[in-house]
Amino acid sequence: MHALALDPRNRGLVLASRLGLLGGGIFLWWLCTTLEWLPPFFFGNPVEVAGRIVGWFASGEIFIHLYTTLLETIIAFLIGTALGLGIGLWLALSPFLAEVVDPFLKAFNSMPRLIFAPIFAMWFGLGIWSKVALGVTLVFFVVFFNVFQGVREVSPVVLANTRMLGANARQLMRHVYLPSAMSWVFSSLHNAVGIAFVGSVVGEYLGSEKGMGYMILLAEGVFDIDSVIAGILLLTVFALLLDTAVSVIEERLMRWQPDGNQTVESAA
Amino acid sequence: MSLPMRRTAEHREPASRPVRQAIGFEQVTCTFAGKTAGKKGGGQTYTAIRDVTLAINEGEFVSIIGPTGCGKSTLLNVTAGLMRPSSGRVTIFGQELPQGALNRDASYLFQVDALMPWKNAEDNVAAGLIFNGTPKAEALEVARDWLVRVGLHGHGHKYPHQMSGGMRKRAGLAQALALDPRILLMDEPFSALDIQTRQLMENELLQIWATDRKSVMFVTHDLEEAIALSDRVVVLSAGPATHPIAEFEIDLERPREVAEIRMTQRFLQLHAAIWDVLRGEVLKSYARTRS
Repeated sequence: MHALALDPRNRGLVLASRLGLLGGGIFLWWLCTTLEWLPPFFFGNPVEVAGRIVGWFASGEIFIHLYTTLLETIIAFLIGTALGLGIGLWLALSPFLAEVVDPFLKAFNSMPRLIFAPIFAMWFGLGIWSKVALGVTLVFFVVFFNVFQGVREVSPVVLANTRMLGANARQLMRHVYLPSAMSWVFSSLHNAVGIAFVGSVVGEYLGSEKGMGYMILLAEGVFDIDSVIAGILLLTVFALLLDTAVSVIEERLMRWQPDGNQTVESAA
Repeated sequence: MSLPMRRTAEHREPASRPVRQAIGFEQVTCTFAGKTAGKKGGGQTYTAIRDVTLAINEGEFVSIIGPTGCGKSTLLNVTAGLMRPSSGRVTIFGQELPQGALNRDASYLFQVDALMPWKNAEDNVAAGLIFNGTPKAEALEVARDWLVRVGLHGHGHKYPHQMSGGMRKRAGLAQALALDPRILLMDEPFSALDIQTRQLMENELLQIWATDRKSVMFVTHDLEEAIALSDRVVVLSAGPATHPIAEFEIDLERPREVAEIRMTQRFLQLHAAIWDVLRGEVLKSYARTRS
């Protein structure tokens, strides 16, 4: 009976529990800050936070900031993904080149790339392009390494079979390497969405005149903790929305995959 | 595809028609660099096959049998052009394969599933034709035909992971045959199937083969399967440095029913004769893997 009650496949129950957890958390937060067990000056208050969000949308002042941040994020995401995919495929198929640039890639990947933000601000100005550049450097590596790995993991039998069927180099790329790498790309895209947001917001935080990062910076300047939390919550919601969009596209393109993202190479 | 049905009962080619050689091996040796190779020249090498001389004629179904790990797949890979012999010559219809080129006359059915998992059965079967320049609609037409012939009618839109092992093998067979190759290379294609499915597939393979008699190089470790299917069985020695040690003509009548033919007197005689040769090699191979 217990097993039935706590069945993880029971969608309704799971959803209800999630909402309960969310509501409970917010209620606890509200209780602590209202009764001043926690100082509201540092921890904000859910009612105030909700008020800020509603106010922003009512006055419309949020739209230009939200638009800017989303635009930067999406452009960085697209450029970073395209570069990662292209260069990943190229290097994976040219072992010599891959061997040559390997230490440089490792160096670039392990360096704290957020530190480029001021340099990009000098190069590209305070507009959206310095943030896009930062986002691209972050997204690129996530996608690149996954594509690189994905191409390396192409089943040698599928490859040999497709060659025996008469595929030339271009057809191998289109019919074997690309689809095989795509499953790896999609698992990296979920990370890449979050990371593209990091690039935009940190870039804005360090120097800009609009965007969510800029709003949060302004609010922090006047110790308006409620606005800071409201901004963070809004960013989270939009990151989740973008992530869902990736999932929807993944679902459509990866229909050939068995459920559970397992590899499909099992024998009979 | 439009070849007329040739002899079914008698086994040998009529003397008036010269027998053409489809696959010819002359003193073929394949040596692989071992893992320690390249260090001070003292690297270990592994010779998979040594001095193999072998011929498969046009329209002939030849099984190659030997203990596990004896380099049977190497023979197929060399014939397919996926691998270069270290020395010796491989000829396909009298022509040596150009350097680095694959054998365009051959289709290869691999031991494990080799379908593209991101294409459904139809697209997988049509892929080879499309690669070779057939318009897509026409290729799909041919693919559907072949799916019907291998018993996959109505399963064309399934992806490989939605099919059973037997269905994937059928799709693989259709994929290989859709290109209408002159040579069919098969690497233990049915070894992963359960015994009933396997016999069904063997019968179907024989039926399809009987319509146009491609040259088949069928590698297996299953002696009964080899005898039931083939015109000739070649026994390989235990690895390393594998080479053919005996050949047996299988003079059983065609068409054959693989489950029934196993009960006949002649089958049992052939089985005993071949096993006599094979047993020694199997024991050698067993002793080597144990030590």
